[in-house]
Amino acid sequence: MKELRLMKGNEAIAEAAIRVGVDGYFGYPITPQSEVLEYLMLQKPEERTGMVVLQAESEVAAINMLYGGAGAGKMVMTSSSSPGISLKQEGITYMAGAELPGLILNVVRGGPGLGTIQPAQSDYFQAVKGGGHGDYRLIVLAPNSVQEMYDFVETGFDLAFKYRTPVMVLSDGAIGQMMEKVEVGEQKKRLTDAEVKERCPWATTGKDANRERNIITSLDLDPHQQEVFNHKLQAKYKEIEKNEVVLEEIQTEDAEYLFVAYGTSSRICQKSVQLARAKGLKVGLLRPITLFPFPTERLKELGKQVKGILSVEMSAGQMIEDIKLAVECNVPVEHFGRMGGIIPSPEEVVEALEQKLK
Amino acid sequence: MAENVINKDIVKEENLVYKKTDLLTDKPLSYCPGCGHGTAHRLVMEVIEELNAQDKTVGVAPVGCSVLAYEFMDIDMQQAAHGRAPALATALKRLNPENYIFTYQGDGDLAAIGTAETIHACNRGENITIIFVNNGIYGMTGGQMAPTTLPGMKSSTSPYGREVHSMGAPMKITELIAELPGTYYVTRQAVHTPAAARKAKKALKKAFENQKLKKGLSFVEIVSNCNSGWKMTPVQANQWMVDNMFPFYPLGDIKVPEE
Amino acid sequence: MAKVKGSIVVDIEKCKGCEVCVPACPTDVIRLAENVNGKGYHFAYMENPDNCTGCANCAIVCPDGVITVYRKKVNE
Repeated sequence: MKELRLMKGNEAIAEAAIRVGVDGYFGYPITPQSEVLEYLMLQKPEERTGMVVLQAESEVAAINMLYGGAGAGKMVMTSSSSPGISLKQEGITYMAGAELPGLILNVVRGGPGLGTIQPAQSDYFQAVKGGGHGDYRLIVLAPNSVQEMYDFVETGFDLAFKYRTPVMVLSDGAIGQMMEKVEVGEQKKRLTDAEVKERCPWATTGKDANRERNIITSLDLDPHQQEVFNHKLQAKYKEIEKNEVVLEEIQTEDAEYLFVAYGTSSRICQKSVQLARAKGLKVGLLRPITLFPFPTERLKELGKQVKGILSVEMSAGQMIEDIKLAVECNVPVEHFGRMGGIIPSPEEVVEALEQKLK
Repeated sequence: MAENVINKDIVKEENLVYKKTDLLTDKPLSYCPGCGHGTAHRLVMEVIEELNAQDKTVGVAPVGCSVLAYEFMDIDMQQAAHGRAPALATALKRLNPENYIFTYQGDGDLAAIGTAETIHACNRGENITIIFVNNGIYGMTGGQMAPTTLPGMKSSTSPYGREVHSMGAPMKITELIAELPGTYYVTRQAVHTPAAARKAKKALKKAFENQKLKKGLSFVEIVSNCNSGWKMTPVQANQWMVDNMFPFYPLGDIKVPEE
Repeated sequence: MAKVKGSIVVDIEKCKGCEVCVPACPTDVIRLAENVNGKGYHFAYMENPDNCTGCANCAIVCPDGVITVYRKKVNE
């Protein structure tokens, strides 16, 4: 039987962590995501599943706890919001460099700097293009509902372990704070030590006589070896681009114009599609669910079908660059967005379409 | 020409009294001649061997001269970002409480960039061992001033000597963390003489055995040399350490568990 | 009367000639060689092998772990 709950996005992701058998969560308070840590502490996951939950002294420490736990083959996650995610970039690039799985939630707020605590989508570049130093990518999942906040915990860990790479759930203050109905899954058991060793033969679980020692590091002082490793990483990202693109389309079959939006903006755009169609404008919506890998191929096709594309983002326009690259100048691409923590209204999105593209 | 004089009557397996532990790999150490890191590495590995704990031990290497510690220690290891080793160790221990977990860090790593991670891991009483090698300088990057550089001591970034009024006084982080309720055993040792090295090994063994008691964090500082950074011969550096470092960083237990 | 005789074996190619073992020896056995190893270091060797008691002090302070120590009781 389905188990339904009314939950905040931040609570849903915390409940999902317990239910999918996450081994450790390491967090630090920051608005608008503090409910993740609060919910976990209330739930006593040590009693429910043996999951470790720890409030770290900083975001820097929390992400490095992730590195340590992930290096031991454990399912570990952290969450924060924009300024805190900036602090985590050091650990994230080390995890990418050491090929460690892990889940990082960013409940994005407006910036730059301390900015605002209201929702924004201005961390797209940071999440999708790398964020920290060096040539690396994260798999980036963009939920637009509380249900997806729940579901993407398991999806994220599956991908993280499949590719040995950190995965980011790029949410925002609206999805994190709003309450919706959620179908929660069955309680899964955490992996046993033997199962961890089987899934992660590379993990630092203690060297026994049957194997060489395992080393988790991102260091190779030999430039030739370092280049070989970089090629390996890039090949992995190519593989991810080939296999893991996920998107949603709404009324694109006959669309003459296209909104491209993710997360909260995509919910606004669903309404904007209805409003535009009521006015006789044939508009569709493409929602990238994975931001890396980006749905480049499908956008390229739609670029040949439609007369114009509007990238709707709660930012000054970041994803628009990937859309432009995808459509290869076949069609005009414009941006509409609000910044500073403002969510655009469906009406102003339609207005922007009419002004900029029609 | 000098060479090994092998007295075949004595050099036999049954007469063996000391050889390098098998828990050190055969790779030549990357440290400068006379550097205390090598001795400290060996003592740590001897302790792991005596505890029969190779299959249960995970070490965390820092950034600094001992960044490549994992090349020399034949155990599972992780290499941490600069200063973050105690955060890694925290998660390693909490997620695998039966493992022996230690960090091996230098003074720049532990007492400057990693101060927060160090103090909070100590304050939480993480059930781990922190090994802190203090040679008063950043060795790997070329002899810059460290948080532990002595007043008046020259380094490449304090070329006229450390001026306390503008650069701050050296930090006695070991005394500082001893004040925290989370630390269980805090000691300061050295490895420059046979007697000091034997004492240091006892302290290290105690620090690892404490993990079984689950009473908090054990912290072993090893005051050591950096003859390259100090621009001395190894033997001179050891003497300079005795004359200058030990008065400021006196050896001995700082916090011992109540029996 | 039984007496303890010792001997050390230095891994010459790994010795860095740091000299820390020399003052650590209580019976003045060790010196650095005039000649050098493959890396150019004046390695440690037993100048006075008859004095060695196999106390292992040199090996304990050797940063590079290149000294192996043997000890035997001999009757005189």
